[in-house]
Parts: sequence; structure tokens; C-alpha cells
Amino acid sequence: MGKTITEKILSAHLGKEVSAGELIEVKVDVALGNDITSPLAIVEFEKLGVKSLFDPDKVVLVLDHFVPNKDVRSAEQCKFVRQFAKKYGVKNFFDVGQMGIEHALLPEQGLVLTGDIIIGADSHTCTYGALGAFSTGVGSTDLAAVWATGEIWLKVPQTIKFVCSGKLNPWVGGKDLILHTIGDIGVDGANYMAMEFTGEVIPKLTMADRFTMSNMAIEAGGKAGIIAPDEITLEYVKPRAKREWRMYSSDSDAEYVESREYDCSQIEPQVAFPHLPSNVKPISQVGQVEIDQAVIGSCTNGRIEDLRLAARVLKGKKVHKDVRLIIIPGTQQIYLQAVKEGLVEIFIEAGGAISTPTCGPCLGGYMGILAKGERCIATTNRNFVGRMGHKESEVYLANPAITAASAIAGRIAPVE
Amino acid sequence: MKITGKVFGKFRADINTDEIIPAVYLDTTSDEELARHCMEGIDTEFAQGVQKGNIIVADKNFGCGSSREHAPIAIKACGVSCVIAKSFARIFYRNCINIGLPIFECDQTDKIKEKDILEIDFQTGIIKNLSTDETYSTTLFPEFMQKLVEVGGLMEYVKQKNRL
Ligand code: SF4
Repeated sequence: MGKTITEKILSAHLGKEVSAGELIEVKVDVALGNDITSPLAIVEFEKLGVKSLFDPDKVVLVLDHFVPNKDVRSAEQCKFVRQFAKKYGVKNFFDVGQMGIEHALLPEQGLVLTGDIIIGADSHTCTYGALGAFSTGVGSTDLAAVWATGEIWLKVPQTIKFVCSGKLNPWVGGKDLILHTIGDIGVDGANYMAMEFTGEVIPKLTMADRFTMSNMAIEAGGKAGIIAPDEITLEYVKPRAKREWRMYSSDSDAEYVESREYDCSQIEPQVAFPHLPSNVKPISQVGQVEIDQAVIGSCTNGRIEDLRLAARVLKGKKVHKDVRLIIIPGTQQIYLQAVKEGLVEIFIEAGGAISTPTCGPCLGGYMGILAKGERCIATTNRNFVGRMGHKESEVYLANPAITAASAIAGRIAPVE
Repeated sequence: MKITGKVFGKFRADINTDEIIPAVYLDTTSDEELARHCMEGIDTEFAQGVQKGNIIVADKNFGCGSSREHAPIAIKACGVSCVIAKSFARIFYRNCINIGLPIFECDQTDKIKEKDILEIDFQTGIIKNLSTDETYSTTLFPEFMQKLVEVGGLMEYVKQKNRL
């Protein structure tokens, strides 16, 4: 019996063959923490009384959720993490000025590579599956244990295979494919399992689109969202990597729990209605939904390709007078690139507000919180009750082009 | 070990961690403070009403969404003795085992009502509903996870394994 890419990566790290269902303790290549999950991990880690991290160079700390600090308490938390990074010699520590949203930042900086095992105390750590890595989100205690030992306990997951065939329609991208998938299988449709995206459409996708797809695997409960590496992956990884990487792909006789096929020619841009990412409708069936705010950013769609899409739609147009458009580049590099390409100019001329990289409104932190009864369309990944502010506010999820078009129209709208 | 407790909080499917502890409270590591806001995203009265030993019961996919360990910590710190749900989201499930909050997967939670008194046998996983005289079975943890729970959570396990 053949093996899936996930089984192969885990087997290689373990030095022995393992298959789905086995519980293992395995060494990781990268352990990630941020400003909201690290403080809890630090408290646990320090209780252990160990003197050093398992390998400071494999530890990455990113302050991204509430920075530049939104208030005194978030400032205290960041200070706590900053001091920890200093004390234990963490070089890969990203503070205001260098930081970006972790899942946009780590691949960009070449810190996560093809074939790696990456553990992060953040649920969207699954993003790096797009590189052909096994990466998954855990909690703070797990992170603390990894800091001490370099190992994580895991159950080797079963895999659901998604075969995407056909040709993509205009303005349809990774976001729409993944929203469609979540709409199909539900928010727990892949619970405990790896999702593997294959089919003729996938090799044609940019890395940005692939990251978006892997990023939202967790929204279907997935442990990982993995895509086999190819030329496009290598083009991305090669100039960034400072260490070796390894490429794996699934055997043709690998065992899957299920295989689902999608004819992508039938998929329109998708919109997830409140209050679950699975509550999707194609754009043609959205009806009249007026909006107060539009947010373009987050670890799902804050990459340069996303900003270019938004700029294409916004160029020469004006944001609707009743809408606040907030655009948040994922990292400093993306921000700079957007300035150089003239995208920022387009956004400002259209009436959009640009922010320094931050998670900000995505998790209801700051920088665009919604009042009671307000509605927002966002390129983020979660539209849970109260996710972006008041419990009676609403979040609709969509791709960057639809979000930009909606900001112009004042209601959820297709690109004209 | 057996525990007996009253059901306080009977929740629908797909309760996410934003509902268990909204993101505005992620700026603290204090157990007591998290406990004061437990379930606030879905039930603003929960934290005031809950008593030590109460049991939370839910439909499927409890704890979906973010990896915030603040969620199971809030539940544990407000005195809840265990959570019973048809299923748990993966990261939440891990976090509960790691911090030593007992959870049980039971596909018959529809039959359990608010205020029912339940008796749970941790060894067999059998739940007795003392209010209705019904008995439900639960899925037992795999051996490795049982060991983690028995030693008192992941950090204790790490300590023992590495002789720290
Ligand atoms: S952008 Fe949103 S989903 Fe992504 S890491 Fe930040 S808070 Fe989490």
C-alpha cells in the first residue's frame, strides 16, 4: 500500500514507516508562537525549569495580533514575549517594523520549507501545507512542550483528497475554491484529517492562491491542508531557503478516506454568510446585502497578489460613501511592494484606509471593529458570531476582488 | 474515579472558541479573569451562574475555530468538571487533554437536558443520567492520551519523560 504525502513527511522525520491512525512523538523543524498564544506557553515553559530552548534557531516568535499595541494590556503581553525572546536567544523574533502576519511572514522569510514539520500555537499554521509541508496548529501547552523537547505528540491523520478539475472562471481563485469546499463538507467535514488538494487546477495556481486554500483547511476542522510541491513551489522556496528542503508527493495507491471531485468551471466567486465559513452562496445568489465596512487583509488574503487584485478593481473608482474600506498588507515586504507598484496610491485615491501589517480586525482586536448591527465583507477566514466586534454585527467572507467591488457598490457585488 | 454533577449549559453544534472566550480577553494569562468571561460570546450569564462541579453538554464540533488555550482554561477555571459533546474540534480536544480538563465524546447528548444530574465513570466512560435513569456510553481515549490525562497533563508527562 502506498503512502500519502502527509504519511511520508511524518515517516521521514520519525525515521520509520508510519501510517494513518498511529500515535507518534516526532521532532519538529519549526515551532511558532505569537503575541496571544506565547504568553501562556511561556508561563508553562518556565514552570518546567529547563534552562534553554530545544533549539533557539527553530523557534519563531511573531508579534502580530494586537501590534502596534492597541492598549496597555497588549503592550504588557508583547513585552513579556520580547523579554522571553531575548533571554532564550530567539533570533527569529519579529517585532513592529519587521513583523507581518505570521502566516504571510514565515514563508516569505524562508523560515518554513517544503517537507518540513511545523507546529504553531495558532490554528492557521496549516497555511504552510501549500509548500508541501506538514504543518498544524496546536495550543500553548503543546508549544511549551515543543520548546522544551523539540517534539510533539500527534496522531498520523487520515487524508481526504480533493480533485479540482476544469477551468477557473474570471475572478475565481483559491479563496473561492476553499470556501466552496468548506460549504460542501461543512465546518467539521475534515475534523482530525488532512485535506490534500489535487487535480489539474492546482498546478496552475499561484503560491498566493495555494496559501489561501491551505490556510482555511482548519475552517473545515482539518489538521492540515496540503498541496504536493511542484515547479511553482520551488520557484518560491529556492530563493528564500537557507537550509535543505525535501519534496514528497503521494503515491498513486495511497489510501484516502474519501475522494471528492469538483468541476471548477461550475464555481463562481463565493461568499460565506454569517455565522459560519460553511454558509456559502455563489455571488449570483447573494441578493441585496448592504455593507458598512470592507476589509482586505489577514493571513488568508493579505498577500501582494491579493492587493493587486483589489487594485485592479478599485483603480479609478471611489469607495461608496457609506462604506469604510480598510486594507492591511500582510507583511512589511508586501507593503513596500504595494507602494512601489503604485497600489497604495490607487487605494488612497479610491478612499481606502491603509494600515501597517496586523491581524487587527480579523479577530476583533482593533483597527476596524464593528458596532451593533453593522455588516462587513472581509477577505478574512472566520465569520463567527462577534468575530469582528459586536455580537450583533455580521461578517461575510469573500475574495479580494469581490470585497473591493462590494466596497465600491455599497453592497455585496460581483466585479463589473 | 466517578464524578457526579449537574448539567449547566446545554449548547448547540459548532460552538467556537470565540464564543467560549471572545478575543478581547486574549490579553491575559490569568485563570480567574478568563473564568469570569467563560462562554460570554454565547451566554453572558453563564459565568455568573456556573458552580463548581457543573457539567457542560453540547452537540457536535465543540470548540472549533482558533487554537486559543484560553478557551479550555476558562472552562476549567470556572469550576466545570467536564464537557460532554458529540464531538470536539481537534485543537480544542488536544488542549483539553494537555491541560487536564476531562472531556467525553458521546453521540447521545440530545437526550441530556439542562439541570440533569449525571454520574460519569472515568474508567469505563459510562455516563448515568440520574434524572432519567438512562445510561450512555462514550468513546474512550486511546492509551497514550489516557496516560497524559492520568499523569495530570502534558507538562507533567514531559517532566517525567525527560526527568526534569
Ligand atoms: S490574520 Fe486573523 S486568522 Fe490570521 S493569524 Fe491573524 S487573527 Fe489569526
